[in-house]
Amino acid sequence: MGQDRLALAVLVAPAIAFLAAFFLFPLVLMLRTGATGPQGWSTYAIILSNERYLGSLWKTVVLAASVTAATLVISGIAGVFLARTRFRGRRLLTAFLTLPLAFPGVVVGFMVILLAGRQGVIGELTHAVTGDRLVFAYSLAGLFVGYLYFSIPRTVLTVMAAAEKLDPALEEAARSLGASPWVVVRDVIIPGLKGAFLAAGAICFATAMGAFGTAFTLATQIDVLPMVIYAEFTVGANIAVAAALSFLLGAITWAVLAAARTAAGGTVAAAG
Amino acid sequence: MTRHRGAVFAAGLAFTALVAAFLVIPVILSVLAGITANYQRGIIASGVTLLWVERVLQLYAHTIGLSLGIALAALLCTLVLGVPVAYALARHSGRLARLAEEALVMPVAIPGIATGLALILAWGAVGEFRTHWSFILVGHVLFTLPFMVRSTLAVMLAVNLPTLEEAARSLGAGFFARFRTVVLPNAAPGILAGSLMVVTLSLGEFNMTLLLHTPFTMTLPVGLADSYASMRLEIGSAYTLIFLILLVPLLVALQWASDRAFGLEVRR
Repeated sequence: MGQDRLALAVLVAPAIAFLAAFFLFPLVLMLRTGATGPQGWSTYAIILSNERYLGSLWKTVVLAASVTAATLVISGIAGVFLARTRFRGRRLLTAFLTLPLAFPGVVVGFMVILLAGRQGVIGELTHAVTGDRLVFAYSLAGLFVGYLYFSIPRTVLTVMAAAEKLDPALEEAARSLGASPWVVVRDVIIPGLKGAFLAAGAICFATAMGAFGTAFTLATQIDVLPMVIYAEFTVGANIAVAAALSFLLGAITWAVLAAARTAAGGTVAAAG
Repeated sequence: MTRHRGAVFAAGLAFTALVAAFLVIPVILSVLAGITANYQRGIIASGVTLLWVERVLQLYAHTIGLSLGIALAALLCTLVLGVPVAYALARHSGRLARLAEEALVMPVAIPGIATGLALILAWGAVGEFRTHWSFILVGHVLFTLPFMVRSTLAVMLAVNLPTLEEAARSLGAGFFARFRTVVLPNAAPGILAGSLMVVTLSLGEFNMTLLLHTPFTMTLPVGLADSYASMRLEIGSAYTLIFLILLVPLLVALQWASDRAFGLEVRR
């Protein structure tokens, strides 16, 4: 047994060493770098009272929250529908819904440009119908659409997996007791999927907080927090503020995921 | 029950089809634009061409090679670092093991731009490291390692590895003999699914890589962003087309491997 313990320690050591050197140490250093500006440790307090940074943080949180809400509604309906019905073409429809699963943010941004950009299909359609070209890719609305595009596939998969495990007999029982479809959804399906919604919602929120590629592709004027960090670091060379903001952003997303995991009791992790 | 098809079914189908259209139409547009001589005039008026694909290969072929190289290197690193960790976590479920798991998963919970900045602050001034592709590799390994560990660990727990190992031990197999003949073969579906995940994520990683890259180490997604910003729409589309040709087979394989390893469930 003693030999086994030693062997296990040997197995884990390289990964822990790697993590310590390239993640934990850099994070601690970043926390300290946040305090190397002219204001020292109060940089953190100043950020939270600075109108521009606070406004950006607020905008990012509201955007992430509304994307999460919309994603859960859309993916909830589509996911439950696909899990609960059998029809020809169902597999194909599922494949379509999960196609963009691992598209990076930059590519998602380009997809939004093709939909709602200057040469986009929505612009063409509205031009043909009304004479005006509807272009909204390069704004917060475009970012919202991009984050939806990004979040729907993975949320649909989570909802489908959870809905397959729901016992259809419960819905049947509710129906036979005279419950309307809406009451079945409200009192049986949604409570049954609560865990999946919580887990998927947390991932969706955390990803939308930190997603950067989509905003980078769409426009540099969209001042969500990751864009502000990038600008402070590259253009402003304001390393202390960039570090402090990064630390703040990391702390928020980590806390949201940790809270959701505690609430759901399952595994929750963000990607992208 | 599913035979009963009324207005609810029709509405559900229409809604789901609409969502699918939202997701698929831009992909189709992108693929078409990549092979259209002039997107403004349309594919029928201007004709089909591979000129843009050729242009992309002239301009950005090095980014494709670099990204594939980094993805494979990240796969190698996550196999070497991650599979042993998954094994250790499958064998031990004490407080220390949970703490190690928590620490290991953290890089996924923190936005890539924050991790990238932290890496630059800590290691950016060390010799030639900053301009070498291994700087990007370190970031990708941080980000993908949790996926390898989770996928492998899930399968190890599902096949009840500790019991299998106990049997092998009672037959006199030493630690490394067990690892080779019992642990690895039984965990193989999880390792395969994890491997495909690592390669897929590394190929597409942008949030961290944008900060980590230098003009000498431009990866495919960074190149994509560059082409979207500075090239005509057809070139961006052709470049996206090349990326999709690399990515989509990986995604299909990943779906298949995940179904095989975890049943219906695809954990991300």
